[in-house]
Amino acid sequence: MAKLTLVQAINQALDHEMTRDERVVILGEDVGPNGGVFRVTDGLAAKHGNHRVQNTPLDESGIIGAAIGLAVAGMRPIAELQFEGFMGPAYDQIVNHAARYRNRTRGTITVPLTIRVPVGGGIHAPELHSDSPEAIYTHSPGLKVVMPCTPYDAKGLLLSAIRDPDPVIFFEPKRVYRSFREEVPEEDYTIPIGEAKVISDGDDLTVVTWGASVFECLEAIDNLPDDVSIELIDLRTIDPIDIDCIAQSVQKTGRCVVVHEAPRTAGLGAEISALVQEHCFLHLEAPVQRVTGFDTVMPYYKLELEYLPDAERIGKGIAECLAY
Amino acid sequence: MTQATSKPRNADTARLSDALPNETLLKWLYDMQLIREFEARTMQMYQQAKIGGFCHIYSGQEASAVGCTAAVNHDDPIVLAYRDHGHALARGMHPAACMAEMFGKLAGCAKGKGGSMHMFDKPNWLFGGHGIVSAQTPLGTGLAFACRYQWEVMETAKKRVCLTFLGDGAIDQGAFHEAQNLASVFGIPVIYIIENNGYSMGTAIHRHTANCDRLTMRGESYGIKSIEVDGLDIRNVYDQMKPLVDECRDLQRPGFVDLKTYRYQGHSMSDPQKYRTKDEVESFKERDSIANLAAHLMAQEDDGGRGCLTEDDWNTMQKDIRQIVMDAVAFAEQAADPDPEKELSTDTYALPMKNLSPSENYSHGTKNPLL
Repeated sequence: MAKLTLVQAINQALDHEMTRDERVVILGEDVGPNGGVFRVTDGLAAKHGNHRVQNTPLDESGIIGAAIGLAVAGMRPIAELQFEGFMGPAYDQIVNHAARYRNRTRGTITVPLTIRVPVGGGIHAPELHSDSPEAIYTHSPGLKVVMPCTPYDAKGLLLSAIRDPDPVIFFEPKRVYRSFREEVPEEDYTIPIGEAKVISDGDDLTVVTWGASVFECLEAIDNLPDDVSIELIDLRTIDPIDIDCIAQSVQKTGRCVVVHEAPRTAGLGAEISALVQEHCFLHLEAPVQRVTGFDTVMPYYKLELEYLPDAERIGKGIAECLAY
Repeated sequence: MTQATSKPRNADTARLSDALPNETLLKWLYDMQLIREFEARTMQMYQQAKIGGFCHIYSGQEASAVGCTAAVNHDDPIVLAYRDHGHALARGMHPAACMAEMFGKLAGCAKGKGGSMHMFDKPNWLFGGHGIVSAQTPLGTGLAFACRYQWEVMETAKKRVCLTFLGDGAIDQGAFHEAQNLASVFGIPVIYIIENNGYSMGTAIHRHTANCDRLTMRGESYGIKSIEVDGLDIRNVYDQMKPLVDECRDLQRPGFVDLKTYRYQGHSMSDPQKYRTKDEVESFKERDSIANLAAHLMAQEDDGGRGCLTEDDWNTMQKDIRQIVMDAVAFAEQAADPDPEKELSTDTYALPMKNLSPSENYSHGTKNPLL
């Protein structure tokens, strides 16, 4: 079995689905011969034709609007936006239209659209190229939001996303794009949207995270004393949140730390804290702890690592929650 | 005033619409009068607070919806802005389904979820009213892209075009420029029809857009075939739209239409209309599209008319239509309200999932064991 990076796994999933389903077309800035800003679509235009891997103008609103039109006409469009900050110009199309079409038409018109977006910090880029806006889109009914952080999960979840009849935002943590490889089967497989993954079992405390923060959490847990037993959950899907997996774990451990890159206030950590107190109130030994980005604009690279939750801050959050 | 300027016509030039049978033109008259009557009742129902939200009346612009629809095939998709009741009726939506939609009733075209600004009718290839100005323009581009792909690549459909309607206020939005550029670069059979009623809500066109006397330059600057149409004369709308539609279908290229029209009512039902005079409105009513078509159908052939409609026929038609619209109102009145238990939580997702709100249990809080 080939060992692939996240970029290669996503590329393989796209290639696989384009071969399987003629309705799949890709739209995005430089996605054609150049393969996109992160080269995720490399080679797809040569194999499937420029008419199926369409280079677009730099017009995010136009890209997503046209992709919605394709979707409601029965196609399976995949739109690539270069960076999460560029979702801003397309916000109207994503939230006011893609997300609401089915409800507005009472189920007669659906939008089977996948929007692929590199997300998060850690690549020395400035704001708009390093943000984490997943909570904004989770707060918008009608969308599904996923953010896998391993090549295996990325391929399986992307195939699920493309085949899903609803609009799915597929966030790709760009810090992880080429950071490691793992075995990815060449054949067709899917990972269901909405299922979290328990990465390591433990009894003392539950850490809930997703995206590139998973690897910071792994390092933080690695640095803890051997007698501390942590259960680490990678959400993989942000919306719907797999609260069953989280609740099962927190009912066992009684303690929960949520880690995310996005700013703290009204971030997903707040939602997860609320869900945990709804589902696990009588099991809790400590308040839910949040280790997150700060409530400010993502700083440029000299301060980037100060902003992103790292193993040290996560370790401190775990220690405080354990000591409560 | 630059609106709806009639171009001098050479009487010797044969008109495309002259070749159409009487029945077709009588149907145009019927459809336009249906829209006029429907909108009159809609205003009444709005004033009686039977219709919620915001309501944009189409009266005066009927020749646009009916004439443009006549120039395309039934399976050519149509995309709309929010002043959309007229197009829905012209496309064949039942007036009762349209009225019930505005009443928020389950029997509405979208089960009372969309309301006045969101008329959808998939069997009639009507892809909706849109409440965000100009947001529908890239969407129409995408629909037309799919039309071309399904003809050229998948070979599952014949050549189609997509009509995308927008108002003159919408041409100032960035989304429209992105849409036109995409359509031209990709070669997409979408026709943008600017229903230019001279006002962007309460701001006259010369105050809201540059170079307003030559809007076609906008389309031409994107390499899009662009025409100006007197939109108050439905025969003229057809005469000019049909060749453009045929060309865009044949070449699979976009089109741009500055269709000059006029709305008799305010932008919405809550518009004080301080921006125009009653005299101006009256001057356009003298050129009313319905009255003109009726006169043409009643005039004898020697006088350049069709002689296929009598005064009595016309009165009967108006009376029938009045009854149909009253029946639509009665239907909407007695139709069932949506059931909150069912309707609040359904139809947001095609594939609902565990923990995905709204689910059948749409309040997360009810799962709290303490409650």
